[in-house]
Amino acid sequence: MSMSVNKMPSSVSDAPSAARLVMGPVLFHWQADYLRDFYARIADEADVDVVHVGEVVCAKRMPFFDREWPDVIERLQRAGKQVVYSTLALVMGDREVGIIRDLAEMPDMLIEANDFSAIGVLAGRPHMVGPYVNIYNEGTLRYMIERGATRISLPWELPESSIASLCAAARDVEMEMQVFGRVPLAISARCYSARANGLHKDGCRYVCGDTPDGMNVDTLDGAPFLAVNGLQTLSGTYLELSAEMADLRQAGINLFRLSPHRCDMVAIATVYRQLLGGHIGPEEAREAVLDIAGDITLANGFLHAIPGADLYRIPGQPQPE
Amino acid sequence: MELVCPAGTPASFRAAVEAGADVVYCGFRDETNARNFPGLNFSRAELATETEFAHARGTHVYLACNTYPTAGKEALWHKAVDDAVAIGVDAIILADIGLLRYTRDRHPNARLHLSVQASASNVEAIRFYHREFGVRRVVLPRVLSLDEIANLNRQIGVETEVFAFGGMCVMAEGRCSLSSYATGESPNMNGVCSPAHHVHYEERGDATVSRLGDFTINVYGASETVGYPTLCKGRFRAMGKAGYLFEEPTSLDVTSMLPELEAAGVTALKIEGRQRGKAYISQVVGSFRRALDQIAAGHGATTSRLSHMTEGQSDTTGAYRRNWQ
Repeated sequence: MSMSVNKMPSSVSDAPSAARLVMGPVLFHWQADYLRDFYARIADEADVDVVHVGEVVCAKRMPFFDREWPDVIERLQRAGKQVVYSTLALVMGDREVGIIRDLAEMPDMLIEANDFSAIGVLAGRPHMVGPYVNIYNEGTLRYMIERGATRISLPWELPESSIASLCAAARDVEMEMQVFGRVPLAISARCYSARANGLHKDGCRYVCGDTPDGMNVDTLDGAPFLAVNGLQTLSGTYLELSAEMADLRQAGINLFRLSPHRCDMVAIATVYRQLLGGHIGPEEAREAVLDIAGDITLANGFLHAIPGADLYRIPGQPQPE
Repeated sequence: MELVCPAGTPASFRAAVEAGADVVYCGFRDETNARNFPGLNFSRAELATETEFAHARGTHVYLACNTYPTAGKEALWHKAVDDAVAIGVDAIILADIGLLRYTRDRHPNARLHLSVQASASNVEAIRFYHREFGVRRVVLPRVLSLDEIANLNRQIGVETEVFAFGGMCVMAEGRCSLSSYATGESPNMNGVCSPAHHVHYEERGDATVSRLGDFTINVYGASETVGYPTLCKGRFRAMGKAGYLFEEPTSLDVTSMLPELEAAGVTALKIEGRQRGKAYISQVVGSFRRALDQIAAGHGATTSRLSHMTEGQSDTTGAYRRNWQ
């Protein structure tokens, strides 16, 4: 194959188990100026190894930033980051299929496939499989690797027993898990940001941009529950796995994804870097995350095979209230 | 168009056959299918008996094995596929890539259908499943409009099946973890959504509160009919307003658009409801049988007489009409 994708620093290929930090794709409809500044700061200041770009949630948002991506990618690469281009999670209609086909033509770029149109067009060349693709078992994992997957970001819903089994079956592939940020729970053809504002998707006025960390959805009792981001429904809680990262590394996870929010993501990355380096412990990391992100509720339930909204307290580990 | 009808029990199975189903689909009694409810579904012996019953009357049988096998436990799903082939069902409905490959390799002559849980919503995804696993039919996700379905059918070489009646997911199926977020159990992993053993009802003065896990899904006033707390059909508060943020408690009913679906190139219509009783199955299947026979006789579309069978006594054509989005 003539295409060279997935250029990694040699130290990484020499030691595939070395843990790396990943800045996931921005899921929200942030203003172009803000997004440009965000990536500039990530390039210059954030201690992360990999940065995802691209629109994952809604094709209608693409025209606002499409022409900016080449500069953003160049800047990130110049800063020594590996750049991954993430594809749409829900692909419908010829125009969106065309977007996927075009992405597959991008040379020298690692593409993260987030649906089976992308899996189909990327088959046979090195690519990444994103967490929106259902990899629940070894048979599916093996298939993806044989078809060219070099990195797999596992679905958020998986319990630790499944993660351990999958990592044990993973050969010649890097394994990734999200450890910080709201968890994508569902995607729809219907835009719930528009619907909450009395609009339809076709005339949405891009109201999803008004709630840059997602629109809070509470129960009628006033309890926080979910967050809406256009077509996507996210967890009301923020996933936070600092207490589990050592075990995940042991199991074979070697990339840890931080999902961007409006809080100081450079500071968030620093916390997880210090945790990975053994300079702070999990409880200190969690306190630091709460200090940086402000008024958020943490959860880790999926990993512990309890409701995803719950916070499981690991026995013997002191954890802040 | 072929009429594909649900059965959760042998009694419902026979009711569907007698009401005019072209096909009955069902699952084994475990987490290999997406309607893994207590007291539902079929043992191997039951499926063998009912398949014989159906085949003697010219009715086909599809086996749904459409959850995602758990890591380390794939053998349970492999056995389900092997047994379905041995029993002689006419097609197997699958969603998971690993299981599709297993079935293709072990049973190259089996007819494979792609479950709605695989969420193949575009031409490239459908071509992928066809090319890789020889999938002959795709059950389309309930996110596509009629125009998008017609456009797909012009480009793909496989049959399409669409949902015609019953409960309606508003999220892309097979890609939704809302249920496990609230309860720890999900359609993909456990074959259940908003499972009954996590449901509670509370009286609060005149109001009734429905809860799923730790979350209030709806609060009903004294004059309102209390419904089941399916998570995405609940009432929530956002932007300072309370309401049905995702979808009203409503059911899908495409009776009025059958000629349009036929013109769009759709091969089969699926009735949802393996959890429903025999009387429900008889009425819904009978109604669609008459509507399809009337169209075949050149009489055009009919209006639905099924509004009393729908959730909240309200129905929708869902994503098939673009303004739903």
